[in-house]
Amino acid sequence: MSRSRARARLFSRWGRKRPQTPALRDARSARALARLFSRWGRKRPQTPALRDARSARAFAVLVAALIAFLFPEIAYAKKLVLWHAYAGGGDEEKALLEILKGFKDAEVEVLALPGEALDPKLASASLVGEGPDVFIAEHQHLGEYRARKIVGPVGDAFEGDAAFVALAVSALREDGQTWGVPLSPKCVALFVNDDLVKKTPVDLEGIAEMTGSFPSGVFTLVYDPRTYTHAAFFGAFGGEVLTKDDQWGFIGPGAEASLALARDLVVKGAVPEAAEYNLLKELFKAGKAAFVISGPWLQAELGTKGLRYHVEVLPRIRAAGQPMRPWVTVESAMLTKEGAVKPEARALARWLGGREAAQTRARVARMLSVRADVEMPEDPSLRAFTEQVRLAQPMPASRAMQAVWDPADRALIKALSGNAPPDVALAEAKRRFDMVRRPLPPPASPTPYIVIVGVTLLGLVFTWLRGAKKGDFTAEVKKSLPAYKYVLHSVIAVGALVIAPLVVGAATSLFTGNLVGDTGERRFVGLANFIDILTAQGGALLATGSFYVVLLVTLLWTFANLFFHVVIGVSLALLLSKPMLRLKAMYRVLLIVPWAVPSYITALVWQGMFHRQFGALTGLIHAINGLLGTDVQPISMFARFSTAFTANLSTNVWLGFPFMMVVTLGALTGVSQDVLEAAEVDGATRWQRLWRVTLPMIRPVLAPSITLGAIWTFNMFNVVNLVSGGQPDGSTNILVTEAYAWAFTREAKYGYAAAYSVLIFFMLFGFTRWDDWRKARATAREVAALKVKEAAT
Amino acid sequence: MNRKPSLLESVGTHLALMAAVAFSLYPILWVISIAFSGKRPPEARVLPVITDATTAHLTNVVSSSREGTWLFGQQFANSLAVSLATALVGVLIAIPTAYALARFRFVGKETGVRTLLATQMFPTVASAIPLYLLLFKLGLLNSRTGLVLCYASTSVPFAIFQLRAAFEAIPIDLEEAAMVDGATRFQAFLKVALPAARPAIAVTALFAFMSAYNEYVLAVTLLSKEEMFTLPVLLKSFIGEYKQDWERFAAGSLVVSVPVMALFYVAQRHLVSGLTSGGVKG
Repeated sequence: MSRSRARARLFSRWGRKRPQTPALRDARSARALARLFSRWGRKRPQTPALRDARSARAFAVLVAALIAFLFPEIAYAKKLVLWHAYAGGGDEEKALLEILKGFKDAEVEVLALPGEALDPKLASASLVGEGPDVFIAEHQHLGEYRARKIVGPVGDAFEGDAAFVALAVSALREDGQTWGVPLSPKCVALFVNDDLVKKTPVDLEGIAEMTGSFPSGVFTLVYDPRTYTHAAFFGAFGGEVLTKDDQWGFIGPGAEASLALARDLVVKGAVPEAAEYNLLKELFKAGKAAFVISGPWLQAELGTKGLRYHVEVLPRIRAAGQPMRPWVTVESAMLTKEGAVKPEARALARWLGGREAAQTRARVARMLSVRADVEMPEDPSLRAFTEQVRLAQPMPASRAMQAVWDPADRALIKALSGNAPPDVALAEAKRRFDMVRRPLPPPASPTPYIVIVGVTLLGLVFTWLRGAKKGDFTAEVKKSLPAYKYVLHSVIAVGALVIAPLVVGAATSLFTGNLVGDTGERRFVGLANFIDILTAQGGALLATGSFYVVLLVTLLWTFANLFFHVVIGVSLALLLSKPMLRLKAMYRVLLIVPWAVPSYITALVWQGMFHRQFGALTGLIHAINGLLGTDVQPISMFARFSTAFTANLSTNVWLGFPFMMVVTLGALTGVSQDVLEAAEVDGATRWQRLWRVTLPMIRPVLAPSITLGAIWTFNMFNVVNLVSGGQPDGSTNILVTEAYAWAFTREAKYGYAAAYSVLIFFMLFGFTRWDDWRKARATAREVAALKVKEAAT
Repeated sequence: MNRKPSLLESVGTHLALMAAVAFSLYPILWVISIAFSGKRPPEARVLPVITDATTAHLTNVVSSSREGTWLFGQQFANSLAVSLATALVGVLIAIPTAYALARFRFVGKETGVRTLLATQMFPTVASAIPLYLLLFKLGLLNSRTGLVLCYASTSVPFAIFQLRAAFEAIPIDLEEAAMVDGATRFQAFLKVALPAARPAIAVTALFAFMSAYNEYVLAVTLLSKEEMFTLPVLLKSFIGEYKQDWERFAAGSLVVSVPVMALFYVAQRHLVSGLTSGGVKG
């Protein structure tokens, strides 16, 4: 690529002076770093001049080491690029690497990505042609990939219909083209614990009837009752969650019957109400589940020792008279637009889908094959899964599926917990789906907007010119010139890399789709996005998820957090600043710890502590029950707004109090001891000294930190997203997580997300202006009061 | 005022502080107990105790490598280098501007400060794609240099606020005296104001370092080579939808946290004074 060559040329001047091999380079920077760090340990040099010289040298070494490390970007020979999401070093990744070893046509550079990062990365990379040649993804993303023009047809990478089973071919065929080479199908089947179950009943109702025959603490059946698995129930009733013409199909008598059945299983105590994958795995591993419904990924984690189990095809449903029909996803090798035109990329995709590769996958990772010429595996579990795939239905690949997940999951959770009757929950879900899917607003004429912007600009220029004419303005600017020398580079850096993207992003709110790139569905719609949000999409203004309710939650979130941050932070700082306190330094270090650990780590840990079965909170409840003989039930923290909100709040309070504490500690050093002593001499009690002297004195120092804290908390995406994720029913979402949901989980409605961002911005901006105004008024009032006093004396 | 506190009072103070320490350490102890425990049955427990102690998870994470490259070492080095460079570049950009804001009067100052504060209010959700395309145009996509530039410019507004207040807190007399002695304005800034602002600069640099060290989304979007990834990307890959490898995640988290903890420990002397002089004034 010419660009990289240009860059290489640019840096070649640096390059010559540097050692060439990475090993040498690493050794050198390591030495430099070691030299640098050895200074920390040594006693500080005595004279300031010597210290300055030393730190200057250390600084120079550090800068040199960083430049040596960061600038020479790792160079590669031209290779094919393959992206996949098997990150984490599992068997699937091992199998893939082994398969690639056998591919001789070209060198392949592999990039393993965290699962949730693959799609966004493909989307942005495809805008500029920086994506991979080949990538591995499941077939149901095809709709999205095609809409975003990420994939190209596979052409001669596809060996022909005869080579693969029909289901796999049909999953990848749209508009007469094949869009991927099928590799491996995945679907759920029934895992049976052989120690608990002698003979599997023929139908699901029969399984439910076994409840009570197992030792206590053993669940009859465990499955994740959300849309993906529930589709198998609904499939038995002949339903399709998404119809062929992209309409909501999860409604009507069949859907209600499937929900009633699932609810019945919960009521009978056969099935736990909510069991995400991790719980399911642990229960089955521990022999506390007789049956589980899960996929090959569970088998990969069970290991071969200990547990006696087998896999079989999902049972029939008596009420429907049909077997359960799960969704099957077909993992496929897909080609990007760029890859599709490269013969060697097509060869790679063909190789990945070949017979030998299928055998390697089966051997190394026990993955199923979609090839017609790979004989039925010996492994009984693989046989069962293969059998199940035959009875399955491909998951819809339409882009509309993105709008299905969230409403359908929420409806299932509501109906299964008995919070809403099936028909009501389903009708609500359909409304939500239709809201996301409703037709895009009509294109608006940009003329009025251009006129408004033009007039505003003209007005600004006019005012500026008038000021400039007066003469003192030019003089002012001239006087400012020296200052600009100090400021210019910041203006450039922040302007280019922070403000420009923000402005473009904000402008996106006037469009559908994305303002830059992704031109397929871009359209100017004026203020339609804002109107939609502010009128709650035509629904009830105070329904869950409407702008106003989310705003209220956000405000509650912000104030509650600030309250606890300030109260805890200030109290601890007051304790720590007691004059005669021992171990002060130790306490201070330990109390700063929450601030020092990366927040995404602790947010996930907190989420784990609130786990209904294995969380520390449940452990505490068990311990209390054991001690006091009470029978308190574990709390499902994320089933109710109040508890889920509390979970988010405690996490964020934990993360945020050290900052306030440290700021207060600093502010307290500015509190004059003389004043405090004077107050004491005058007979002020300790309490009075605190309220009348200390707090008023630290207030002005704390105020700016509180303002900034308010802004940060208002936009605290990480904690809400990682701890509650909006549960239950999206009610704990705050504005910023709602914006993210529109951008990433609801059909990439960037215009909407941008409109949310702009609204957030205006609110925060208004708040800070109001705050300034309030302060200015208070100062003015004080000044006036002083003047009055002066006049009086 | 330095009278000895009563026994009751000091016991009370210590109890309160210990409770706070327990609250702040509890989740961390969980991470440690998960990272060093071997196989254990799923069970809700209150105390984060280590059962069946093992360092297998730790070794497993740290020794990850591919085709002869020690991947973990490389990514660790990336994280440190990118974050150090971010702190360096961010602070270097911010210092002169903060100084100018504290000491000069110039046209556009108020507007500039307000714009800086405004950048903190905008969620980044809509600006990710424009930024991506911009870096592509600059030829900085898929390079750690580009990542550093992004992080550094993002950290500049906050750094400017911090440092401006720090410079404002330094008495102007010193610089004026230096200028009377024949120093230029710039020399006065360099030799007088800058050394006086050291604690605040250290703290500001620490913040910039942390923001870069913890960042995940930009890193995984802008970079496309595993040899360039930073550690948050590695940690994220342990917690997927269908595979949640908490043991390795916890072990990795411990390793990742060590440098930041160390920096905090070193900087904590400055933390109090550095932060206080650096209140934000919008």
